[in-house]
Amino acid sequence: MARELLEGSDAIARAMVSAGCRFFSGYPMTPFTEVLETMAKVLPGVGGTCMNAESEIEAVGMAWGAAAGGVRAATGSVGQGLSLMQESLSELSYARLPLVVLNMARGQGDYFQSTRGGGHGDYRHIVLAPSDVPEAARLAQLAFHLADVWRNPVTFLGDYYLAHVQEAVDTSPIDFGPVPAKDWALDGKSSGTAAAKVVSGIVVTKRDDPQPISYGQHLMNMAKRVQEIKAGVEPLYEAVSCEDAEVVVVAYGTPARFLRYVVKSLRDEGLRVGLFRPITLWPFPSAALAKAVRSARSLAVYELNSGQMVEDVALAARDKPVDFIGGVSFDEAGFGIAPALTAGELSRTVRSYMRGVTA
Amino acid sequence: MTTQTINFVPTAQPPERKATMVDDFASPLIIRGRHDMCAGCGEPAAMRSTVEMIHELGYTNRAVSVFGIGCYTGFTPTMNIEVLQALHGRAPSLATGLKRVRPDSIVFTVQGDGDMVNEGLQEVIHAAARAENITCVLLNNGVFGETGGHMTATTVLGQRTKNTLEGRDAKAHGYPIRVANLLAEVDGCVYVARGATNTVGNVWHARNMLRRAFELQAAGAGFTFVEILTMCPTGWFIETGEAPEYLEDKLAPVHKIGVVKDSLAGNA
Repeated sequence: MARELLEGSDAIARAMVSAGCRFFSGYPMTPFTEVLETMAKVLPGVGGTCMNAESEIEAVGMAWGAAAGGVRAATGSVGQGLSLMQESLSELSYARLPLVVLNMARGQGDYFQSTRGGGHGDYRHIVLAPSDVPEAARLAQLAFHLADVWRNPVTFLGDYYLAHVQEAVDTSPIDFGPVPAKDWALDGKSSGTAAAKVVSGIVVTKRDDPQPISYGQHLMNMAKRVQEIKAGVEPLYEAVSCEDAEVVVVAYGTPARFLRYVVKSLRDEGLRVGLFRPITLWPFPSAALAKAVRSARSLAVYELNSGQMVEDVALAARDKPVDFIGGVSFDEAGFGIAPALTAGELSRTVRSYMRGVTA
Repeated sequence: MTTQTINFVPTAQPPERKATMVDDFASPLIIRGRHDMCAGCGEPAAMRSTVEMIHELGYTNRAVSVFGIGCYTGFTPTMNIEVLQALHGRAPSLATGLKRVRPDSIVFTVQGDGDMVNEGLQEVIHAAARAENITCVLLNNGVFGETGGHMTATTVLGQRTKNTLEGRDAKAHGYPIRVANLLAEVDGCVYVARGATNTVGNVWHARNMLRRAFELQAAGAGFTFVEILTMCPTGWFIETGEAPEYLEDKLAPVHKIGVVKDSLAGNA
């Protein structure tokens, strides 16, 4: 399929359908609403279902049920709506359900919510954070692949810009390779066969199972599972002119796109600055970051929040100084354009940081 | 004086037929063994009736149960039937998603009054309004049994619980919600009935309610709802043997037993 000019929300929705998503449920909330609108328009035409849920809690519940039926399913909201869903987002991880969850976030205040999870217990979602529309279209499809491969929810962390920027994008299906058969999915056919299936985060075996698993054992198994996923998922990142950089700027999502431009223009002026952009926020590309910053005197983390990812960067950078140069920046609406997000202002911020480091 | 010997069990020769065990009467959808409920609990009879009806109607290889969280969650490993475990209050939305992607399956939820009426009331109402083609089963004993006997939204006035020690008082604790009657008002809900497991006759009636609900679901008629009043002597703080009568005297006058709504009656 050729590239077409699409708004980010449209591209994400169409890419999800290309990935085989056939069930979507959501509750309107800007800037997630536009994805919901496109899914409502597109899904019925391919035999899918888009549900206008009565709340975010029901949206995630419906998607949970559809995922349990073995269909590629997704839900989403913005961070505020995802706050409502947290109990489910935790529990369906324990039930090992492959679900894709969109967070079309307002600003970047949801880094902790996405990477740590706001729900109970020990669980993690794989988190993908694109910085432009073509990448968003690709990662929206990768999300379903990873969810199926790991039988674990995947969070797609977008933002207001990504939702509304128009770019030339190809949303045709991408083949990421085979995924395991969903022999655990429910359809009623195993009822009465003495091997009836259970999809549960609590009671995972029947009492006549030759190898019954207690709730406690299940929780311990899931804790091991988190480590397996962490070790098994390929961390994705982008490193721009880090090799001889004195300062490496670390940023993700839309701000990283601005900073890529800023770093390139500062390089043109002869400043030894690089950019490291994590694409998987969990698992965090720690080893790649440590390698990329070997020549750096220090790291500057830019996020549109009061400093969240900076903690992961500090853990990965080990003995290097890590400073936070970002901050909260909102328009009057509280979710739209960030006034701080201009090439000029970012350039001044990075330049002044570098003066301090190299002084 | 003559003595007469009565041989109830002849022991001189081997028995003519195999001994009949309690399990021989159990549904093939129940995995043999004891249940984990308290003595006198009304839920096992309700659960058994539900799975027996699935079997009798020939829906076994299409049936998926969606369980809430309560004492009855303990039934999930004891039934030879597919289970999707929901969070407390959330079974109707999970059942919705599942049924939408597996329209040929027979999907029923099992929730208690704490689960459905306290935690997740809006879920069941919206599922009914959407005319989801699922059956929601409410096991209503008017008390949080699993936590040890606390007030729920269906606790009747005067009922003593651990957090209404002098009995539920309307001024302090509000009034009980009759959820079946509430749902009967919702377009999209085609069948609403309230049964009980306190007598053999009531169990029989409850089975027929479940039969009607499942048949309507199989016909694609829309949302069906069966509430079953169950005994909880532990959570009611009474003797086991008094529970069936307590249900009749206290719960049933408020939550009245019978078919509340059958939109398609006569077209069966």
